Amino acid sequence: MTPALATAGLTKRFGAQTAVDGIDIDVPAGSVYGFLGPNGSGKTTTIRMVLGLVRPTSGTVNLLGEPMPSGLGAVLPRVGALVEGPAFHPYLSGRANLARLDAADHLADPRTSRRRIDTALDRVGLLHAAAKRYRAYSLGMRQRLGIAAALLVPRDMLVLDEPTNGLDPQGTREVRQLVASLGDEGVTVLVSSHLLSEVEQISTHVGVMRLGKLVAQGAIDELRAARRASAVVVTPDGSLAAATLATCGLTEVQVSDEGATGLLDEVAPESVVAALVGAGVAVREFVVRRPRLEDLFIELTGEGFDAGE
Amino acid sequence: MPASEAVTVPEAPPTTPAATAPVRSSGGTAAWLRFLRSELRLILSRRRNQAGLGVLAALPVVMAIAVKIAAPDSQGGGEDFLASIVGNGFFVALAALSVEIGLFLPLAMAMLAGDAIAGEAQIGTLRGLLVVPVGRTRLLATKYAGLVIGGLIGVLVVVLAGLAAGGALFGLHGVVTLSGTTLPLAEGLGRLALAGLYVGAFLAALAAIGLFISTLTEQPLGATVALALTSTTMWILDAIPQLDWLHPWLLVHRQLAFTDLLRDPVYWPQMRDGLLVDLAYVVVFGLAAWARFADKDVSG
Repeated sequence: MTPALATAGLTKRFGAQTAVDGIDIDVPAGSVYGFLGPNGSGKTTTIRMVLGLVRPTSGTVNLLGEPMPSGLGAVLPRVGALVEGPAFHPYLSGRANLARLDAADHLADPRTSRRRIDTALDRVGLLHAAAKRYRAYSLGMRQRLGIAAALLVPRDMLVLDEPTNGLDPQGTREVRQLVASLGDEGVTVLVSSHLLSEVEQISTHVGVMRLGKLVAQGAIDELRAARRASAVVVTPDGSLAAATLATCGLTEVQVSDEGATGLLDEVAPESVVAALVGAGVAVREFVVRRPRLEDLFIELTGEGFDAGE
Repeated sequence: MPASEAVTVPEAPPTTPAATAPVRSSGGTAAWLRFLRSELRLILSRRRNQAGLGVLAALPVVMAIAVKIAAPDSQGGGEDFLASIVGNGFFVALAALSVEIGLFLPLAMAMLAGDAIAGEAQIGTLRGLLVVPVGRTRLLATKYAGLVIGGLIGVLVVVLAGLAAGGALFGLHGVVTLSGTTLPLAEGLGRLALAGLYVGAFLAALAAIGLFISTLTEQPLGATVALALTSTTMWILDAIPQLDWLHPWLLVHRQLAFTDLLRDPVYWPQMRDGLLVDLAYVVVFGLAAWARFADKDVSG
């Protein structure tokens, strides 16, 4: 299948600083792609290049089958975007701001404008505040208005840059549900975040940026499967348990304060439990621990996911 | 998509694929006009701009009242508009135009030009427009059209306020030309409209400079100050006789030539040259703005 977004060797230098360093992004059509990385890792600059706001120093961008930025006029009408946080005229109402963007879209039908604006506002839960000035909006409302702007017309793809930035947990959950529902409708979504936890549940694919480089990319299930599961036995018979685990084929077996641990890999947990009980180990707890994706990302991005938070 | 199985949003209406959606219109001229209307609404709905129009309108009123108080009995006449006001309120509008062209109207244009690109860049709405997408050339053209129309609205306000104040205090009569003949009021108003358009052309040239400056920065105030300084500097240079070799190339040099419209017959050469200089500025700075903006990285 043609990817919705593919970049090759995409690079942006600002003076001596390389903000984005030769990245090859591959966003499959219909996927929800979590674009992850700490603040300042080059996510927003990448998104700006993808949308034709910033010219790459080198490399290519192919968006929905068209090269960017030359295919901008044909492609961007099919793409809804929220770039680096919401930005609207402070003294206009939410509805008037959307009306302005709709009027700017030379392909949007003015006859359906009002209805589409209200539908978009309703979808992000802002219809009650439509007449309020943007200035009076809370940060969460501003983010949601930004998403509404991306939904004014039906899209084949959405590019949402940090849509949950500054939202409270409830707002984050709502945005997550919204993105997930759009993904379910078949819209390809590229959603960036500096917090894995905010996109992990909804993403089918992820890409991880660090210092301008794409350090990991792939289907989230594959990345998860690549992590090795370990078994933890809580028992007073630590050494006996460890010996049994080793017999079952577990590797890196260790005796711990509370019992024993070992890497499971392909060994079936139930057979390990049976063996432990058969060997007379007093099992108080048996836990299969799959490392969280978060640990992988902390590994990949070095100093922790976001030094700032 | 196993990751999304836990999430259900029942109230979400299904969307149609963009390719078959009925919300798309064919674009074209109507779409241009729609965006231009939106641009004008943006300009006119801004309180600061409304206040600016108020200031533009206040000056002719103040002038009319000042003349009324200072010289209630003296008779008008001569080449000076202010002196002519007493005999005919018509001249309030002309006097106001010739006064406001020096600072007030250029300052108003400078405020609008600062908002045009730099202002949108500063608050971030520029990137929003560009990803809609609005083509950069189209955006620039719409912004320029908005500035020109904004300038014409400013001129119209000055002229109407002048006619209203002058008419109320001194009455409107047939217009005595600088050549000594008298034009019927209707023809005088026609000449006044031409004078307004001539000033509008000057503001349109100023708008081109302003649009260019506006593409250079993300600080609207900086762009505003820069254009106001540019205009004021040209007026100052134009007043230095030693620089007379430079004067024909200054945008402001022939701007008061609209008084030639009050000769009978109208004396055109000065205004023709003035319009050509206006046009040259529009072309040069319009192209400069386009060259600058078409390639610009928008990272604000």
